[in-house]
Amino acid sequence: MAEFTLRIRRWDPESGEAPYWDQHTIDLEPHRSVLEGILQAKARFDGSIGIRCSCRAAICGSCGVRINGQPGLACHTHLDHALKGAKDGVIEVEPMGNMPIIKDLIVDMDAVHWKKVQRVTPWLINKEPIPEREYIVPHHNMVDITQSMACIQCGACVSDCLSMEVDPEFIGPAALAKAYRFAGDPRDAQQFERVKDLAEDPHGIYDCTHCFKCIEACPKGVAPMNQIMRLRRIATGTHHIADRNNGERHESAFVSLVRDHGLLWEAELLPRSYGGDSFFGKFAPKAGMELLDSLPVIARGLLRRKVTPGKAIMPPRDVPKDAREEIKRIFEKVEGRDEVRELNLYISGYDEDAEGAETASASSAAPQGQTSAERGQPGMSPEESPTR
Amino acid sequence: MPEHDVLIIGAGLAGQRAALAAAEAGATVAILSKVHPVRSHSVAAAGGINAAISLDDRWESHAYDTVKGSDFLGDQDAIEIMCREAPGEVMHLEHIGVTFHRNEKGELDLRAFGGASMKRTAYVADITGQAILHVLYEQLMKYHERVDRFEEWFTTSLIRDDDGRCVGCVARDIRTGDMQTFKAKATILAQGGAGQCFKPTTNALICTGDGIAQAYEIGAPLMDMEMIQYHPTTLVENGFLITEGARGEGAHLLNSEGERFMEKYAPNKMELASRDVVSRAEQTEINEGRGVGPDGSGIYLDITVVPRKRVLEALREIVNIGKDFAGVDITREPIMIRPGQHYIMGGVKTDVHGQVPGVPGLYAAGEVACVSVHGGNRLGANSLLDTLIFGRRSGEHAAERAKGMPIPKVSDAQLKADIARIDRIIARPRDGRRVSEIKDELGTTMNRYVAVFRDEAGLLQAHETVRRLKEQAKTAYIDDRGTVFNQDVLGAIELGYMLDVAEAIVVAALERKESRGAQFRTDFPERNDDEWLKHIDISRNGDDTPQVSYSPVTITQWQPEERKY
Repeated sequence: MAEFTLRIRRWDPESGEAPYWDQHTIDLEPHRSVLEGILQAKARFDGSIGIRCSCRAAICGSCGVRINGQPGLACHTHLDHALKGAKDGVIEVEPMGNMPIIKDLIVDMDAVHWKKVQRVTPWLINKEPIPEREYIVPHHNMVDITQSMACIQCGACVSDCLSMEVDPEFIGPAALAKAYRFAGDPRDAQQFERVKDLAEDPHGIYDCTHCFKCIEACPKGVAPMNQIMRLRRIATGTHHIADRNNGERHESAFVSLVRDHGLLWEAELLPRSYGGDSFFGKFAPKAGMELLDSLPVIARGLLRRKVTPGKAIMPPRDVPKDAREEIKRIFEKVEGRDEVRELNLYISGYDEDAEGAETASASSAAPQGQTSAERGQPGMSPEESPTR
Repeated sequence: MPEHDVLIIGAGLAGQRAALAAAEAGATVAILSKVHPVRSHSVAAAGGINAAISLDDRWESHAYDTVKGSDFLGDQDAIEIMCREAPGEVMHLEHIGVTFHRNEKGELDLRAFGGASMKRTAYVADITGQAILHVLYEQLMKYHERVDRFEEWFTTSLIRDDDGRCVGCVARDIRTGDMQTFKAKATILAQGGAGQCFKPTTNALICTGDGIAQAYEIGAPLMDMEMIQYHPTTLVENGFLITEGARGEGAHLLNSEGERFMEKYAPNKMELASRDVVSRAEQTEINEGRGVGPDGSGIYLDITVVPRKRVLEALREIVNIGKDFAGVDITREPIMIRPGQHYIMGGVKTDVHGQVPGVPGLYAAGEVACVSVHGGNRLGANSLLDTLIFGRRSGEHAAERAKGMPIPKVSDAQLKADIARIDRIIARPRDGRRVSEIKDELGTTMNRYVAVFRDEAGLLQAHETVRRLKEQAKTAYIDDRGTVFNQDVLGAIELGYMLDVAEAIVVAALERKESRGAQFRTDFPERNDDEWLKHIDISRNGDDTPQVSYSPVTITQWQPEERKY
């Protein structure tokens, strides 16, 4: 047994008073969870602490909170590890972000999360005719979408989605992962309509900024951002949807710049996204508007030295020629494959023997579902995670 | 006052399936649950769902395995219905979107499970319950205009009218504290089991026997309450479940001598004997000093014999559970498990349409109910099936029954009584015991005396303790005085439910003086078909004590025989 002190964010909407911090010292083995700590505080000291919880085993998704500022499940975070992430020796537990608070650690998921899920037409639209028995579909497709099926709707990714902080209308990581579960389902009749809808929506798949927060937050290895990227690849690669958000052209501009120069060339990105493939030659009118719109951002970037004029305007020069050739070869190899199969939570890339396994996963260019699956302990880096 | 043709309480698999079936049959439907539907405990069902869908399988074989698994206490008419309708139900789930794993031909893949004579368990990795629950909820979102959802509403009472019919319930909106009477032509209970009567348990904190106790409270009969399933593989550490799918995929059980001891107890089926048999074997090994771990209270489950790739694909969740909750990489080393409370075969007595005898308008389905398809022992992967088949049948029957019937008249007497009851709990002085203390004592008592092995002395001790705790619960106090999300006051009400259920369990276990299925009496170690091939029914007496009676077991085509695996 060991003593741990929890500092819990409290708010009673009936009191008319401001939120406050409430501190309790509990006695538990260090590998017990923060949830067990809170339940002990409730049982011994104050039964009025509000927290949703049920299964205690990271399956039901009820106990999403922030621990030391990081989103996750209280039942899935060990006390000793939470302590390592604590600033002053006290484990801090707060409600999740991006959602209104109802009481203490309980947030209104209906108002945000479930509304967004409802937005993505979250049910299968059957391919006709519906067979008498099961649909005959490839095993790897079903395993593939099982990763997004593994989402327990806990809201941890929604809590810390940076895009949603800026644009509360953003459909968000959890709901978009749910959308992939249908778009990637070979039994669904409306893959095109689904991804077109999400590509055209200004708060849809192109509203994600690749910040990886949701992948870090997810306690189940769903890797929501990866699912969003898959939706984009279906939108662009499969259906060539030239969306009004210019996501498709922006993406191809990005890719072609890296292919051509080995690195991103920022000044060329906008014209290429909106016009042709040369800064001076084929400047498209749409890019002019976008450029004007972006001037304040560009100015701020320059002021804060995020970009330097020399580097931004001139093509990248510090990539050696052989490295550029190497990069081109990678593109050719990946794009030359007949079939792209991505690793995920369930598709480990491991062969039957462990040796082959390491090579298989190392040589793959696929998203890292495997490693992200093993993260998910808030308040600490993956290296310290007990799952390692 | 909300009014509906069909009111469903509980939104796990049974409740959601009932709601969809009733809505499809044209009824107006309300589904009410104390947690958001996807938090329901069905989410934790891991291994799969049984159905004779393989072309070389027959439903009769599934039915026989189920009858044998039940130790011949299951009602065979109900078992026949369940097994006959299983393939259709699984195909229905497939069509609405459940992502069942496929074989190399793209057909549904099937895995082996305990007590089954062939592979007949369809699955989604080891998150089958979650996958089905989420897909049913997708359907509720699809039909949001046809099914009214009351999420995070806590039921405080069922209501019977003067003619004895069940006409709805009283419930509290947890978010606001608002209390309402829900009027309905038919009410379907689907609140799941009562594992929280035990500590430890694989069951979630919400599994507090609400439906069983509420039905008991208004005079409905309970059946097979003594039949408590101890799952063979729960973590020694904290009682969490390790799916039977692990053994289905080939994992071994080993004692401290490294021996696959199941050879001695079930030479044919080995680790895949039925759960009562495996749990008893493990407990015997532990009791005889061949357990593992510091205090010898565990058994090794060795999953390393299953290929790593297969484990990562098909048993992903328990890889996580092993790492996160026991610090063990199950693909590289064995993990310590032991039998732990998991499921209650008994519950509110129903017929094959889900109707509760003696209470017109009341139905029950899923773990809260006892049809009885599981009898003395449930087979793994039959519980999901039970919830869906009898959830659907209840929904359909209730919708049919509601046709042409007027909405019942309901007074607000029960509403007023429940509001007053909650006010009294909140106002209790702080001179009794804490609710949490009483719950703890109940759980440890039940797990000590009403577990894998039982005897009269222990059961009498348990009974005495439960009676004492019932008295203490009347004055148990809470801290929260508020109305918004007052979980404290709901906990006090749940404690009352658990104590009622626990008493029924203990009384039934005392009554059955033989060993059958999950009930093993060391003082009556044999099965005794002459005297005990019958169900024990429990109903509430006027003076709040359980009244015991019996009902016959329905036998259609399989006469009781010696049970060997």
